[in-house]
Amino acid sequence: MNDTIAAISTALGVGAISIIRISGESAITIANSVFRGKDLQKVPTHTIHYGHIVDGEKVIDEVLVTVMKAPKTFTVEDVVEINCHGGIATTNKVLELLLTHGCRLAEPGEFTKRAFLNGRIDLINAEGIIDLINAKTEKSRELAINQLGGKVSHLIHDLREKIIQVLANIEVNIDYPEYEDVEELTNQKVIPFLSEVEEDMKHILKESENGKLIKEGIKTSIIGRPNVGKSSILNRLLGEEKAIVTNIEGTTRDTVEGTIVIDGIILNILDTAGIRKTKDIVEQIGVQKSYDLIDHSDLILFVLNNNEELTSDDYEILEKLKDKNYIIVVNKIDLENRLDLNQLPQDHLIMMSALTEEGIMELKDKIKELFHLEELETNDLTYLTNARSIAILKDALKSLEDVKAGIENNMPIDMIEIDIKAIWTSLGSIIGETYEEELIDQLFSQFCLGK
Amino acid sequence: MKYEIIVVGGGHAGCEAALAAARMGHKTLLVTGNIKNIADMPCNPSIGGSAKGIVVREIDALGGEMGNNADKSHIQIKMLNYKKGPAVQALRAQADKVTYPKEMLKTLQSTKNLELLEAMVEDLMIEDHIAKGIILEDRTKIQSKAVILTTGTYLKADIMVGDTRRREGPHGEKPSQFLSDNLRKLGFKIIRLKTGTPQRIDKHTIDYSQTKEEFGDSVYRTFSFDYPPHYNIEDQVSCHLIYTTPQTHEIIRRNLHKASMYGGLDDVTGVGPRYCPSIEDKIVRFADKERHQLFLEPESLFYDDIYVQGFSTSMPYDVQEEMVHSLPGLEHAKILKYAYAIEYDAIYPTQLKQTLETKIIENLYTAGQINGTSGYEEAAGQGLIAGINAALKLEGKNPLILKRNEAYIGVLIDDLVTKGVQDPYRLLTSRAEYRLLLRHDNADLRLREYGYQVGLIDEVRYQRLVQKKKQIEELESLLKNTKITPVKEVLDYLKTIPTSLIKDGLSLYDFLKRPEIHMNHIEHFVEIPYENEVKEQVEINDKYEGYIVKANREAEKMISLESKKIPETIDYDQIHNLASEAKQKLKEVRPTSIGQALRISGVNPADISILMIHLKKEHVHE
Repeated sequence: MNDTIAAISTALGVGAISIIRISGESAITIANSVFRGKDLQKVPTHTIHYGHIVDGEKVIDEVLVTVMKAPKTFTVEDVVEINCHGGIATTNKVLELLLTHGCRLAEPGEFTKRAFLNGRIDLINAEGIIDLINAKTEKSRELAINQLGGKVSHLIHDLREKIIQVLANIEVNIDYPEYEDVEELTNQKVIPFLSEVEEDMKHILKESENGKLIKEGIKTSIIGRPNVGKSSILNRLLGEEKAIVTNIEGTTRDTVEGTIVIDGIILNILDTAGIRKTKDIVEQIGVQKSYDLIDHSDLILFVLNNNEELTSDDYEILEKLKDKNYIIVVNKIDLENRLDLNQLPQDHLIMMSALTEEGIMELKDKIKELFHLEELETNDLTYLTNARSIAILKDALKSLEDVKAGIENNMPIDMIEIDIKAIWTSLGSIIGETYEEELIDQLFSQFCLGK
Repeated sequence: MKYEIIVVGGGHAGCEAALAAARMGHKTLLVTGNIKNIADMPCNPSIGGSAKGIVVREIDALGGEMGNNADKSHIQIKMLNYKKGPAVQALRAQADKVTYPKEMLKTLQSTKNLELLEAMVEDLMIEDHIAKGIILEDRTKIQSKAVILTTGTYLKADIMVGDTRRREGPHGEKPSQFLSDNLRKLGFKIIRLKTGTPQRIDKHTIDYSQTKEEFGDSVYRTFSFDYPPHYNIEDQVSCHLIYTTPQTHEIIRRNLHKASMYGGLDDVTGVGPRYCPSIEDKIVRFADKERHQLFLEPESLFYDDIYVQGFSTSMPYDVQEEMVHSLPGLEHAKILKYAYAIEYDAIYPTQLKQTLETKIIENLYTAGQINGTSGYEEAAGQGLIAGINAALKLEGKNPLILKRNEAYIGVLIDDLVTKGVQDPYRLLTSRAEYRLLLRHDNADLRLREYGYQVGLIDEVRYQRLVQKKKQIEELESLLKNTKITPVKEVLDYLKTIPTSLIKDGLSLYDFLKRPEIHMNHIEHFVEIPYENEVKEQVEINDKYEGYIVKANREAEKMISLESKKIPETIDYDQIHNLASEAKQKLKEVRPTSIGQALRISGVNPADISILMIHLKKEHVHE
């Protein structure tokens, strides 16, 4: 009756082994369809098998698979656990493969929930169990949020507190219009408050997206004029670390052509072909191609030659990079300096030599610094939760845009409030606080009203 | 059987219930303890207000009486929030406490199929969990097919002042002593609530020079969609604003222990309304506030009482004297009636269906304060719905259940039967998620169709609505199809408004979207042969289109959850995995849809998913 769910059940990050758990009626069939080794449908229950996860003919990872048949499993359904060895990128790849073969990504706490729904956990007290489920869900949520740069849930909570006070004030103005001693909030008065909220939300979004990047990988492009050393930098990065060069099409619309893992951080390199071609892309297709790459990347490595002067194209690209995460890699520092370094933003500058490997550590550190990766911890969580939270946060920001547009158009405050309330509700659904009555309680505790 | 429907109680709920039932063609009896107190206003002398004023419009749209009656009897009327958006504007009238009941009584007495009886009802005739009539104090039995209880605050009412408690109703009348006990015996959960009312002051003893005058509007306004105004703008009576003084606060603090709620009485269990705390509550809870606003509101042209809005208290009389005399302009005021708190029994409203029929006794309906609400308008709205549904049930027709996106009355009833009440419930605009759709101006467009279907709106009034809808469409398409172009005459006119100039052709519809542009500017370009209310609709729909679209989208989400029905036969004990709190709440409320279940406090999303899984399983088995 239930569909088959799958999720990475170990901490995502630098650990050597990740376990993907699958549960449901088709767990064994689906696992079997991507497994090369014994026929999992014929093996006895509670046994472990060596083999490979394959996508068609292509081997994705070398794995150990545990097959456990219902009912003696955690969820009382058929359960398969896949021990992956290939690091985050491969584990994600295996998960994606399972999803395309008929699994659904499990929601936080869903395995526990199934265990409970199927009577696996003894029901001494139904209430206790529900609490457990909620705790699990909330915990996962909290973990999810804490992971995105620490204490984001507190930030969101505080933000909602701020917003609700404004909402309550507006509501009181509406419901008790003749109470002169309650401050009348006007559009003009909410503007400073709004920019505070906007700043906070954008901060949270940035942190969250960084958290997402660490799981899904940072879409990176290496751009620059011909012969500045893009391909040698790529090769140097590839050579340094374990590299998996595959075509991963999935969570993004862009084609990731190569993946580099630096200290557990995934860099998905866009357009490796473009980089590796001897005749360079800027030369071939022009600046437009660079612009496209810039638009689609989370991180841009803009490579310049220490030995050459800046061109007008370079300046144009520098202008375009302003709002992005970017690093200017000044390559070939082993050669004479002809580049005017003072023309470049110093914060984003890395001096290196792909030839002598000088500066490669600095480049990695710079990447980590740029995404605050040092501060991030990786914990048990499926990335959908992140993606969902981020999407909701973006909705909230969209509502904030609506608020601003409304103020611009001189809409009455009670219309403006509709969108402010939407922000409040969106933020609430991220951290699981949506109770409407809150507002009414606030109304009566904050203001003195009565007959 | 002489009567089909009996209404018990002649307050605002009872009047609407009885009128609706009788007007729908059913022999109706209205029983009340005192015919003189029909449609009485025991508290503030006003009808309407924020959200409440919209309820009055809704009652009028559905074919109820309150709006029309208020129009006939007010001494001042104004549009609240006039400077804010159309969604939060609402009318409030200062109703004359003599004229309002008198006009209502006239209407009741002249309504076909309706009889009035002065008597106390102490019990119900029940057979097999079906209401069959009422039993009076003298044991007289009167049979009927349905009974509607609208007893207000009269169930075991206690008036409390300082350290005294007397069993009596608002006018010192005998309350109903046994009805609530008998309801409890039938299995109803009875709760105790509390409210209060301030002093009445002799208007001749107030020094108005120390007050700020508050006028009525200088344009004509009516609650009614059908009748012209009955009043003269110049004849409106003013209210007056004053503030409490440090001395007032000092007196209250010094005497706090004497107030019934602060130790004067040790047996107060009733829960008072959060939204209208007594003055002592305000001073305790908002200790740092230096002063509180009070409104002096005239009660009637026919006597001298001035209602002191904001000064409700349960202090003993001597302290009240001191308090009143500490107010500016009231130093020598004569108190005509002292303030009091009142405690009364009510039915916990989750025991009702959305139709306001009780779940355990068929054909028994309750409406108004007995359901835990407060306010004349909330009572009238429920009374109307209870009356309509009692009649529809007798006719074997589908009930009238207003959704949250259709009416404040829908929000009110859904809140009551879904969430229950902790303190007396008052409607607020913030309780309505889709308040942009629930406006003062469009109540007829939202609800008149229903009024017509149930038979409370006659053909003439209905045709007027049909005509209005047609004209709205015509005007909209006229504006969409008429363009202004940047020629000199147009540009010159735009400069005079002033508004930004146009570079290309622009439809009048888009032009009207500009905040500074109104229909009178549009009329410069094209003749609009329609009534103001048609123009107003088109302008609101045009200007706030983006917001309205959004609100409708949200409402659709709600409706889709509403359409996931929970069968009436569901046995929550069979769903072993539900949290016990959720199970208890679900058993109590018995929501009819997943949408309603989601609104129950104490039922969280995890419970809902378990419930949905259970429903799916059940479905598969079938």
